Amino acid sequence: MKTVNIKINGEPVEVEAGISILAAAKEMNINIPTLCYHSDLPAWAACGICVVKLENSPKMMRACATPVSEGMGIITHDPELHQIRKTVIELILSTHPNDCLMCGRNQNCELQSLAANYGIREQPYEVRLRDLPKDDSTPSIILNPEKCVNCGRCANVCQVLQDVWALEFVGRGENTRIAPAADAALADSPCIKCGQCSAHCPVGAIYEKDETGKLLEAIRDENKHVAVQIAPAVRVALGEAFGYEPGDISTGKIYAALRRLGVDAVFDTNFAADLTIMEEATEFVQRLTEGSGEIPQLTSCCPAWTDYMEKYFSDMIPNFSTAKSPMMMQGAVTKTYYAEKIKRSPEEIYSAAIMPCTAKKYEITRCEKMYSSGEQDVDVVLTTRELARLIRSAGIDFNTLSDEAADSPIGKYSGAGTIFGNTGGVMEAALRTAYNFVTGKELPELNIEAVRGMDGVRSGEVDIEGKKIRVAVAHGMANVGTVLREVQKAKAEGKEPPYHFIEVMACRGGCIAGGGQPYGTTDEVRAKRIAGLYKDDAAAEVRASHLNPEIQQIYKEFLGEPLSKKSHDLLHTKYTSRPLYQI
Amino acid sequence: MAVKSDAEITFSQELLDHMETWREKPGNLIMILHKVQEEFGFIPREAAKKVAKIMNVPLAKIYGVITFYHYFKLNKPGKYNIQVCMGTACYLKGGEDILNELESVLGIGVNQVTTDGQFSIEAVRCVGACGLAPVLIVGEDVFGKLTKDRLPEILAKYQEK
Repeated sequence: MKTVNIKINGEPVEVEAGISILAAAKEMNINIPTLCYHSDLPAWAACGICVVKLENSPKMMRACATPVSEGMGIITHDPELHQIRKTVIELILSTHPNDCLMCGRNQNCELQSLAANYGIREQPYEVRLRDLPKDDSTPSIILNPEKCVNCGRCANVCQVLQDVWALEFVGRGENTRIAPAADAALADSPCIKCGQCSAHCPVGAIYEKDETGKLLEAIRDENKHVAVQIAPAVRVALGEAFGYEPGDISTGKIYAALRRLGVDAVFDTNFAADLTIMEEATEFVQRLTEGSGEIPQLTSCCPAWTDYMEKYFSDMIPNFSTAKSPMMMQGAVTKTYYAEKIKRSPEEIYSAAIMPCTAKKYEITRCEKMYSSGEQDVDVVLTTRELARLIRSAGIDFNTLSDEAADSPIGKYSGAGTIFGNTGGVMEAALRTAYNFVTGKELPELNIEAVRGMDGVRSGEVDIEGKKIRVAVAHGMANVGTVLREVQKAKAEGKEPPYHFIEVMACRGGCIAGGGQPYGTTDEVRAKRIAGLYKDDAAAEVRASHLNPEIQQIYKEFLGEPLSKKSHDLLHTKYTSRPLYQI
Repeated sequence: MAVKSDAEITFSQELLDHMETWREKPGNLIMILHKVQEEFGFIPREAAKKVAKIMNVPLAKIYGVITFYHYFKLNKPGKYNIQVCMGTACYLKGGEDILNELESVLGIGVNQVTTDGQFSIEAVRCVGACGLAPVLIVGEDVFGKLTKDRLPEILAKYQEK
């Protein structure tokens, strides 16, 4: 590693050459305030809050976008910089509505924190707010351009990380705003509802559509039997809202909190993740051994990815697993199998899902297959952030709750189900079961290291009785194109497909870093949440989906076998090509 | 090269050739959009969509460009586009009064078109005729040393045509 010698606030230090002043200062535990900068994205240098002074130079540099160089002397904090930063904040506030009390980011806003830390008490500049309409056209997120500080994070994340290009800077100067092309509504744009814009927005300009009221209303309705499922990724992140570390597993407390809220049954999406594996692995084995469908098979549990594929890669529809996502499967069996068990009709059951994801709010009505029970299979989706708010508002002391268990018979899960929440996890879970379906034996080494990790695209081979199965994993939508173009190229040239099975998750790191997770997700946080899920898996009594006793029970009592007529009706879906723009 | 597109707009062969010439070159988008505006007088949405498709560029990127540069127009201008100079000299000599009066006479604002499609108003940067300030331009015709009371007469000239 090439290094340079620099001085920060007079203290000499040796740091890696080429890193930013911001990163160098962080290594010395000095925090330079930022607003537009986010570690997931290239430095944008838009806001000017991170300015620092250089010794022997009248220049001020933006710490996020200035690399360190040999001999550099940097001053990160002094009264002059304090004054300058305060002025920058005051200027930003002069175009920002101050209705913090009614803002979706109240007490969780980076601009609000800056204003608090810098003791802003007055507005010295003329206030010029912009009168721009909210976009609430999607079921997932709300874009409120009035609150936008033009930091560029959302457009960057939409373009660089996700390659979706729904959002762009429109106009110039003080009229610059974030919007889809041609002023299309988000719902008519290529937006895949992943919500990464909302997870990266430092203020309240993009946020999830709050639907907590719907769940409360259902709980209040005495005629409704309210059943709630929680997604794999929620258990390693919700705790952050209550002071736990990212990755700390709070499954039992979440079950308990839901019961305190007054729901009637608590289930786990991990159960349906196991169900998904039964269907998807069977489908894969049939494609592989009987040629029943296109190879490679693509995973279909991520609704943002499904939406992306329908818009950008609709030629891949035949490659898609027809298996619904775990959430939709859980909803379907809740309103059929479980309803029969408790002798209630589907319309008497209210099915809610706690998800790390904003696209899930869209998924529940995306096509008529989402109504397989005769009713809407999942009635409402709340993100992890929304559940945290509900728990607080209900006066539940989350930290002192005792662990509880999920309800039966659709609440037990295997370790394979739990790792659905992180990149590589679906593939690993599917291979554990596919191996058994082909060989009748259990995979000798359950941890499949080739598909673990954080590289944007990972690939490897798994030996199933002499047959080499080539698999690939991609996460962060922008990485998916790389893999799919390889597949398209091989197909066009009449060559063998480069992979047999590809897992895709739209968000970097997978669902653990979904658009509905607690704010402040960085790669460091991702790594901790992923470690939490692998820990949950390692500690599980049963680590493969086909060995989950409640899975065996549901096939015996209700579904018959994977890909049966009943499975097809309840657990599978279809896809259609959709235009990028509906304008 | 004939290009099929879902968009119901036809590009001239010249425009299509121009796009091919610029396909691989850096900075091509602006050159292509200039040509599109030359052909249509503005950038129709369908044309932007067609450029996006042919050049394999996100539509959002195209809108980023055409809303950034004043030169590009998103709406069809009137048959006669009236450019009122807001350069320093014209501004000091009362360019803004001319603009306000024009807006009130025509009943439209800047970058809008009269309902009959006859006129549109545009506020422009210095047109290089500072000696004649304040100035407005209709097509190729330059009107200098303007006063508000001359506007009806100028408009009448084009209204008759």
